[in-house]
Amino acid sequence: MSQTFLGLAAADWQALWLSVRISAAAIAISLPFGIALGWLLARKVFPGKAAVETIVALPLVLPPVVTGLLLLYALGPRSAVGSALESTSGLQIAFTWKAAVLAVAVVGFPLLVRAIRVAFEGVDPRLYQVARSLGAARFDAFRSVSLPLARHGVIAGVVLAFARGLGEFGATMMFASIRPETTTLAIQIYVLHNQPGDVSEARMWRVVIASVVLAFASLVLSEYFARRGRQHELA
Amino acid sequence: MSLLEFRCRLRYPSGFLLDAAFKTDSQVTALFGPSGSGKTTILSMIAGLRKPEEGFIQIGEHVLDDTSTRLSVPPEGRHIGYVFQQHLLFPHLTIRDNLLYGWRRRRAAANSVDPERVIGVLDLAGLLDRQPATLSGGQRQRVALARALLCVPQLLLLDEPLSSLDDALKDEVLTYIEQILMEWRIPTLYVTHNAGEARRMCKWVIRLDHGRVEAVGDTRLIL
Repeated sequence: MSQTFLGLAAADWQALWLSVRISAAAIAISLPFGIALGWLLARKVFPGKAAVETIVALPLVLPPVVTGLLLLYALGPRSAVGSALESTSGLQIAFTWKAAVLAVAVVGFPLLVRAIRVAFEGVDPRLYQVARSLGAARFDAFRSVSLPLARHGVIAGVVLAFARGLGEFGATMMFASIRPETTTLAIQIYVLHNQPGDVSEARMWRVVIASVVLAFASLVLSEYFARRGRQHELA
Repeated sequence: MSLLEFRCRLRYPSGFLLDAAFKTDSQVTALFGPSGSGKTTILSMIAGLRKPEEGFIQIGEHVLDDTSTRLSVPPEGRHIGYVFQQHLLFPHLTIRDNLLYGWRRRRAAANSVDPERVIGVLDLAGLLDRQPATLSGGQRQRVALARALLCVPQLLLLDEPLSSLDDALKDEVLTYIEQILMEWRIPTLYVTHNAGEARRMCKWVIRLDHGRVEAVGDTRLIL
């Protein structure tokens, strides 16, 4: 395999680019739910709130392999939902890039919700009431006041969940398997690690370094936005 | 028909019971009482931000709450200008956008209040492009007053608008409030626990204690 830009082979760049796209797609899917749930947990008291909090946090402590397995049993070709989807619309999720997106969305969701919840908790709830008293309907007040004031925390959560998605391995392996359309950065490292020879090992280490740099940059970015959110709150 | 009729009951989880009823026809009415007597709760109910367990609220001919018929107009439909104890300006918006927040949402009725005039009366022209964090306490409270006025209210609720200001600023802001009330003649409920302030601003007073109305009448006689 010929080396290309920054010492990474074309296939490695492809894996990196696929990871970025899958992580971005997962964020796009989960962000509206994350914002709604983060706001709900920050602002409302309702029966079963503790159970919802536990379920949302579960992927954080479950082995990712278990999360992938549960997704496979819930949405795989032999499950009720999976077979119904396939027979009615021809849509197959398991063992495709869509499965990788779902796996990344589920695994990153607790981080997203947690950051968004903290961000909303930092916004004075009276500002929402002021907006309502000035003529804004519920969603208008949320969109024009609560969300912009929580934006730094929301962005921090997005970056954190995105970074988590870039490194996702276990759930993706179980639910999406190893295929060209699912070979993300982490799976590429696993594949290279299992190939014999010095060339593969050297390539693997270059991909490892790339993933460390990416993860580090994402964490720095996430912390930057979280800090800006806290400063905003103090102001 | 009264300018404002209020009959509501609400028990807090802490045990505090608000059970108050009053009517007023005065343009500016003081809601007077010590801290914890239920003044702010009454304003929150009138603004629709807190729902009574049982009750009835009517402004002029508009019924806002009637628990017997399960009627409850949402806050955005009540046309009430609410100035909170702290100014509570939106920190992410400029002063101009703060001022026009309600005005833009009530554009249909907004012809009756001219933003230029309000900005002029409250001396806010030089502040329009600034952020709330860069303003003094008195300036912030003037912006909050103007913002409430610009949402074209049928009733103005002023919740201890001077409480966060030092003595020097209090008189300045009070003069601005007097100017506003004189020029726009909007029915106003003025919450205070300062008898001097109530006597200066209001002809009529409702005195509260422990969530109940203790007295209603002429300010000079009751305070």
